[in-house]
Amino acid sequence: MDGHHEIALTRRHLLASAGALVVGFSLAGRGFAQDNTAAPKLPGSLADSPMLDSWIRIDGEGVITVFTGKAELGQGVRTALIQIAAEELAVDPAEIRLVTADTGQTPDEGYTAGSQSMQNSGTAIRNAAAQVRELLAEEAARRLNTAPDQLRAEQKKLTGPDGHSLTYGELAESMDLPVEAAPASPLTPHARFKVMGKPLQRVDIPAKVTGGRAYVQDLRMDGMVHARVVRPPSAGARLVALDESKVKAMPGIVAVIRDGDFLAVAAEREFQAVNAMRILAAAAQWQESATLPARQDLPTFLKSLERQVGTVAQAGTPDIPSDTKVFRARFTRPYQMHGSIGPSCAVALMQDDALTVWTHTQGVYPDRKAIAEMLGMPPEKVRLIHTEGSGCYGHNGADDAGADAALIAKALPGRPVRVQWMREQEHANEPYGPAMLTEIAAALGPDGKISHWNYDLWSNTHSTRPGGAGSLLAGRSMAKAYPPEPAEMEITPSGNGDRNADPLYTVPNKRVLWHFLPDMPIRVSALRSLGAYANVFSLESTMDELARMAGADPVEFRLKHLDDPRAAAVIREAADRFAWSRYQPAPGQGRGFAFARYKNHAAYLAMALTVRVERETGHIRVERVVTAIDSGEIVNPDGIRNQTEGGILQSLSWTLYEQVTFDERRITSIDWATYPILRFSSVPDSIEVHIVDRPDQPFLGTGEAAQGPTGAAIANAIRDATGVRLYDLPFTRDRVKAALAV
Amino acid sequence: MRFARVLITILVVILVLAGGGLLLAWKPAIAPIARPDPARFDAALVKRGAQLAAAGDCIACHTTPGGKVFAGGLAVPTPFGTIYSTNITPDEETGIGRWSEAAFIRALRSGVDREGHQLYPAFPYDHFTLVTDDDDRALYAYLMTRQPVRAEAKANDLVFPLGFRPLVAGWKLLYFRQGPFQPDPSKDAAWNRGAYLAEGLAHCGACHTPRNALGAEDRDHPFAGGESEGWVAYAIDGKSPAPLPWDEAALAFYLRHGWHLAHGVARGPMAEVTGNLDGVPDSDIAGIAHYIADRMGPPSPARQARGAGVKAAIVAAGDAGPEQNQAVPAAATEDRGAALYGASCASCHDSRRPLPFGGMNFQLSTAVNAPDPQNIVNVMMYGLPPADGEASAVMPAFGGTLDDDDMVAVLDYLRRTFSTQPAWSGLKKLVADTRSGAHPVTVRPTEGIERSPAHIGAED
Amino acid sequence: MSIHLKVNGRDHAIDSDPDTPLLYVLRGDLALNGAKFGCGLGQCGACTVMVDGKAALSCVTPILAVEGRAITTVEGLGTAENPGPMQRGFIEMQAAQCGYCIAGMMMRGQALLQENPKADDRAIREALQFNLCRCGTHMRILQAIHRAGELMQQAGAAPSNPGAG
Ligand code: FES
Ligand code: FES
Repeated sequence: MDGHHEIALTRRHLLASAGALVVGFSLAGRGFAQDNTAAPKLPGSLADSPMLDSWIRIDGEGVITVFTGKAELGQGVRTALIQIAAEELAVDPAEIRLVTADTGQTPDEGYTAGSQSMQNSGTAIRNAAAQVRELLAEEAARRLNTAPDQLRAEQKKLTGPDGHSLTYGELAESMDLPVEAAPASPLTPHARFKVMGKPLQRVDIPAKVTGGRAYVQDLRMDGMVHARVVRPPSAGARLVALDESKVKAMPGIVAVIRDGDFLAVAAEREFQAVNAMRILAAAAQWQESATLPARQDLPTFLKSLERQVGTVAQAGTPDIPSDTKVFRARFTRPYQMHGSIGPSCAVALMQDDALTVWTHTQGVYPDRKAIAEMLGMPPEKVRLIHTEGSGCYGHNGADDAGADAALIAKALPGRPVRVQWMREQEHANEPYGPAMLTEIAAALGPDGKISHWNYDLWSNTHSTRPGGAGSLLAGRSMAKAYPPEPAEMEITPSGNGDRNADPLYTVPNKRVLWHFLPDMPIRVSALRSLGAYANVFSLESTMDELARMAGADPVEFRLKHLDDPRAAAVIREAADRFAWSRYQPAPGQGRGFAFARYKNHAAYLAMALTVRVERETGHIRVERVVTAIDSGEIVNPDGIRNQTEGGILQSLSWTLYEQVTFDERRITSIDWATYPILRFSSVPDSIEVHIVDRPDQPFLGTGEAAQGPTGAAIANAIRDATGVRLYDLPFTRDRVKAALAV
Repeated sequence: MRFARVLITILVVILVLAGGGLLLAWKPAIAPIARPDPARFDAALVKRGAQLAAAGDCIACHTTPGGKVFAGGLAVPTPFGTIYSTNITPDEETGIGRWSEAAFIRALRSGVDREGHQLYPAFPYDHFTLVTDDDDRALYAYLMTRQPVRAEAKANDLVFPLGFRPLVAGWKLLYFRQGPFQPDPSKDAAWNRGAYLAEGLAHCGACHTPRNALGAEDRDHPFAGGESEGWVAYAIDGKSPAPLPWDEAALAFYLRHGWHLAHGVARGPMAEVTGNLDGVPDSDIAGIAHYIADRMGPPSPARQARGAGVKAAIVAAGDAGPEQNQAVPAAATEDRGAALYGASCASCHDSRRPLPFGGMNFQLSTAVNAPDPQNIVNVMMYGLPPADGEASAVMPAFGGTLDDDDMVAVLDYLRRTFSTQPAWSGLKKLVADTRSGAHPVTVRPTEGIERSPAHIGAED
Repeated sequence: MSIHLKVNGRDHAIDSDPDTPLLYVLRGDLALNGAKFGCGLGQCGACTVMVDGKAALSCVTPILAVEGRAITTVEGLGTAENPGPMQRGFIEMQAAQCGYCIAGMMMRGQALLQENPKADDRAIREALQFNLCRCGTHMRILQAIHRAGELMQQAGAAPSNPGAG
């Protein structure tokens, strides 16, 4: 909470005041990046923020502070980054103080998303730390009159051959140059790792299990008021009449805030605010219109929204000759929710024309820009401090709650405003993962290998993150409303709706098209893995059917189409650990296999699992899951396992149960009764995650790698158990029963 | 039920006389067969069998929660001890794999197993006897094409000397009338279809008809209300306690969807019934509704007037739509029941969110308006557990939150506020017994058993 | 008129309206972070605490219903420096991702083990059936409660309930 006035400080100012090794705090990181365009590209996010002191500072006392623009989202990134810094600085992890995403302190690393924290920030910190270690060693060598490689580093000291030593603090004090990163770093080789590659207990867990202050929801400030927003009952509804009298007469009410269709109430105590919100909701009249599609016929609806087609991949002559064996299918995925267990929350304080927002946004810098625009403030006057929330799995209500708090705080200067969304509000207003339709036609050649591959997908964009003020619900409903920005199709290597649409398998003739839907009658945005979930589900279901057509084992069939040895290695590892070749099904049981390399350039993941299908009730139970993953060099193996287990279970829940429901006007899945998710009775008996370590290889994003393969492996196992393929997600009991003859 | 034990002695005497004296107990075994090849059964027949099994709710008794379908083993508490349901999968050793079609039909028609043993009437053959041979064949085809499961039936735990099966023959002599169903030519086809299902396979009376001291349905008061697994099965005759009288359309909707705007959400054993009815065609649902509505008869003018009043009040309040919780906080009150209601119940039950996912408006609640408060006690104590992976009405259990006195205070408040019926008596003991298990209530996890209010849309 | 609550063995005089849900009093008046707001509808279990040793959802529990009864929150199971067996189980198994659901899981687990110290996997799953986790930490949560059970057994006596003291 302190220090938000630092924003106004200049780099020079910090240079003068910090008095330590890494002074010169490069808030203007992007500016430096532009100066450096001629230099070779720096590793990870160093390319954008090249000053070492943007990442690491050591003061005269030897306190080591590491900065990351990434945020802890429950994925354990805090711990992994500490491990990296500790390894390269040759200190104990407990010595590292890590500051995460804060526009007042940390580099701008955009969003914490797309499983890129390790690739970007982890790489930057590792290189920066290695370079700082080298600088310290050079300085120590100079002062101890020895060579840098004669020094021993331990306990934040560098000791020469004669036993003389200097502490990091002493060294830092005498060094006063802001240093720009070099392209190459003296990285610690894998063989000498002491901290990296080993499980380290997560640093945030003790507080989380003992009631420590761990979340933005737990912030309490002097004079803080509790606010609740009354959201329109359906998107775009207009507030036509409001009787505030009853609410204003309630005890503890601080203010009713209305700005156009934005309506909120603030009270001294939290439950007063809840009650006031309900009274206000009853006193508000809205004009709604029927804008939502018919949920029952998703394919027709999605196709009707198509305005543009983009080619994602093309090779050879994709048109399928008439005399070939072809597999054709259409797959659908409904709108699905992030469904954070803790609804979104934020605290904002407007003081002396400067605004501070404590938020669990995934991108403090972009969100700052949006909020500043919404309030008509210069961005320098707005500071966003990431404070952990409940797991978000993408773009949930976090940014919107931050905007709500900011708008209310503007009306109540001097008082911290805490906004907590209600469960129904989170369910009804978060931006959902977009519904998708995919169609495939794939042919086998006479050699039993895939000869042709035509794949079409229909999807909105998967990212409507801020953005401008129009990406915020509050911004959209203010009297001076900011309209949502028009969506644009962008085809990039990482992919969006088309993520993982291009198969990693070798196919001589292929065409992959994204039929782009710019209109979003239902608000959508990034949900863990974006389009990869539906695309991998479609692709890997298809691979299974093609293997059947070819009379081949599905594991062998995949291997036959892969050139990448790392892909082959995870597939073999998963199959071996599962004992694929020795599998004997129990009655009603089936096995399924799936593989994907996330984004085609991040972690490799292969999975084998068993399901049991109860024909009479349509009940599906996933029993045993065996996974192999290659995320490059391992930083924290337990972290990788935890994330992968989580991804599997979340995707299992999407696959079996989840779909947003709505009528012509309103979202109707607005709580856990109407949007069921995984419960303990359906949690598998066992989940194994085997990690293929790749020493000295770059870190590869892990957190989303399991989403696609899990859905496909379940579908393939159901096919194996019953002979019936399911094409439409989720595989609810109704659908399973309908698909299976009795 | 509570004085049943006193009557057991009398019962035993009668049964011994009847059973022993008449040697009716003896039935021949029907020769075992090799398990028929599932492929032998016609797919259409199997499909019809599935619909019939759904109407019969077979799965509910013959499956333990989380266990294998039809593998039996569920404990069915009766006043005479505990009976365990049998394995009706086609397993040859432990199930019905060696039963011929004739043996199967005999079991349903007359309550005797393949080996000739008398079956206890916990298996409702007093209803199943009405099922036609054709339908029995379809059921047989369905069950014989299930996954065989090896699961030994648990031995029943009955009071002496009821473990001696031939005694059942005496009971049958007194109470059992063999079918099959005879249509009433004076009624239309829908009525006869409904009667055939409701009285036969669907065995509505097994719960909704009161039983005498010997556990037999009281044929003089059909559908006058009974009990099942610790829950009241309300009267579905002219004495139905529903504040807004049922009509045929409401019954059909309720049976089809598992809830109705004016009658709430099916829970307890009825949730399984409506859940399974998912698999039954609309025409059969309509038939059952038609028949039951006829048995209820038109409501008295007084009930009609009362119902109209309730309806008017609710329509006036309006419907808030799903995501706006408009539960208005109660004014501070000295009345503990009112205060607890305001704090614990109102946030859902006054939210004006429509059923099935919103809280029931208690003015419409049969549980609050019924003479026996057992069901509302059960729901308060144990809540409505969520269906696994299905949208379902969910209510938290208040057993851990409200102590006995507070429960009584809320119950009194509910009755006073949302009903014109006289106050309940004996609440304290009822609540205490429900909590302690002296009054056992089955609150099953939803695993493996259909309870969802969602409707699949079974085709005809 | 204030209401007396006994939380984690300590008495507090609360002057909130008697119909205020316990959750808001724990978090607001008593500044305890353990019980979480997840739904306020009694649907998710994030707010689970123990009342007289039984799991209760604090978001639908008015304070007047628990006056004078023993309320235990996760803060009552130990501290970061000196964690109790349930907390140690969760730390050892690293049973958290975002951790938002975890306190509720721990309180369910604690209530279960106090009643049935030998609870098996099925019993644990059944007890937790009502509690939701979105991060997919379920496998570890199960392992952590098993582990907590072992730790309690090792500690000898049946698990104690600090809140009841
Ligand atoms: S917050 Fe109480 S059950 Fe969800
Ligand atoms: S750990 Fe995040 S919800 Fe359970």
